[in-house]
Amino acid sequence: MDVVWAGLKEGLRLLFAGDPYLWEIVLLSAQVSGIALTISALLGIPFGAIIGLTHFPGRRFVQALVYTGMGFPPVVVGLAVYLLLSRNGILGPLNWAWIPQLFTVPAMVLAQVIIATPLVIGYTMAAVSEVDPNLRLQLRALGATPRQATWAVLREARLGVIVALVGGLGSIVSEVGAVTMVGGNIEHATRVLTTAIMLETRRGNMDLAIGLGMVLLALAFMVNLLMAQFQGRGK
Amino acid sequence: MSEILYELREVHKRYTGRTVLQVSTLDIYRGEVLAIVGPSGAGKSTLLRLLNFLEFPDYGDLIYRGKVIQPGTMPLALRREVTTVFQRPALLSATVWRNVVYGLRVRGIRNGARAVQAVLARLGLAALTHAQARALSGGEAQRVALARALVLQPTVLLLDEPTANLDPYNVGIIEQVVADLNQTQGVTVVLVTHNVFQARRLAQRVVFLLNGTIVEVASAGPFFESPRDPRTAAFVNGEMVY
Repeated sequence: MDVVWAGLKEGLRLLFAGDPYLWEIVLLSAQVSGIALTISALLGIPFGAIIGLTHFPGRRFVQALVYTGMGFPPVVVGLAVYLLLSRNGILGPLNWAWIPQLFTVPAMVLAQVIIATPLVIGYTMAAVSEVDPNLRLQLRALGATPRQATWAVLREARLGVIVALVGGLGSIVSEVGAVTMVGGNIEHATRVLTTAIMLETRRGNMDLAIGLGMVLLALAFMVNLLMAQFQGRGK
Repeated sequence: MSEILYELREVHKRYTGRTVLQVSTLDIYRGEVLAIVGPSGAGKSTLLRLLNFLEFPDYGDLIYRGKVIQPGTMPLALRREVTTVFQRPALLSATVWRNVVYGLRVRGIRNGARAVQAVLARLGLAALTHAQARALSGGEAQRVALARALVLQPTVLLLDEPTANLDPYNVGIIEQVVADLNQTQGVTVVLVTHNVFQARRLAQRVVFLLNGTIVEVASAGPFFESPRDPRTAAFVNGEMVY
């Protein structure tokens, strides 16, 4: 128990003293997961809306793919991205500038996008499906273009879309397997909160590990608080 | 005779292999109130969705102002001349104001405040301007649905059972506004209703639709006083028609 209290005290001290090592990790985590969530949102929200609102041949098959993607084990995603980007992999030997290299931030972002996007699609799909189907028809009858009507339906489903984003963020910010495999946990380069917590715990630096853990929890809390504020604004 | 706004020629609409509408010919004139009556499942709402270009015929010609309407080639400006008030007022989860201003916003009109205020006053909704739509009664919600259609100053107003399940007070307000709109502004109104009394009060011509086909089209007087088809007579007299 003493270890926990001491760790908590030291963790708080490190946080508020502006410990550069700790803050570097915090900022990199926010950067990686922030970029990944933004890309996932840009891809996942429109896709989720289209799948949820339109009927097309093969829709059920696409839905089944999305549900499968929602359950991807992150470590398997890490393995897939590793195989894709490694020198002996599929894309690695091509050496194209836009293909991320292993053990870099873009590779970690790619892995997190693959993890988060199916969740954002799936939750968005469910959210828009819950909106009264007559509303879209009514908005079209009022002169809305399909895009305008879809945007309005997404606004109606904002609570579910927020859940989609929170779910997506939760899945990547706390994920350790994929980022370790494709990021490598390299100090000053690819070390993020989860990989650092794992490392510092193994090293026996419980204070630092607890400090990092508190930041992770605080980050998650702040994001949820922010989302709740947005949600309340429309009401 | 005034200008023909809609011409339907051999229009067929099918859902999952079943023909739900089969109109050999129907003209709708500018400035008239046309009531479409018939039992449930007659194809009335399907016809209204075609008239609002929300759906398109599987075959046959739907002609609006002389132009054959086809999916994908419909000019947005033309489509926006027509609007519908549905039986269930699907409102946005927002204030009455935001609901009424929606159609103007999607048209890029930003200075519609006066028009919104005027239409809210006309429908007795001024006091509810900032009320949340979810807090409205059924009658108030339906008046909001009518307000957001009227603010657009449509050429054609389509009404799909607009007063079903409403109390006489709200029915009165809505009928009065629709009649005024037609008489003072010349708006063409197509009214789908089960209610033959309402059709009689509002319409100049009446269409009787049964199993997706038109049984009879006539001016309101002859339609109700001396229907030609025995099925029309049965429906007008309140007898069940299959």
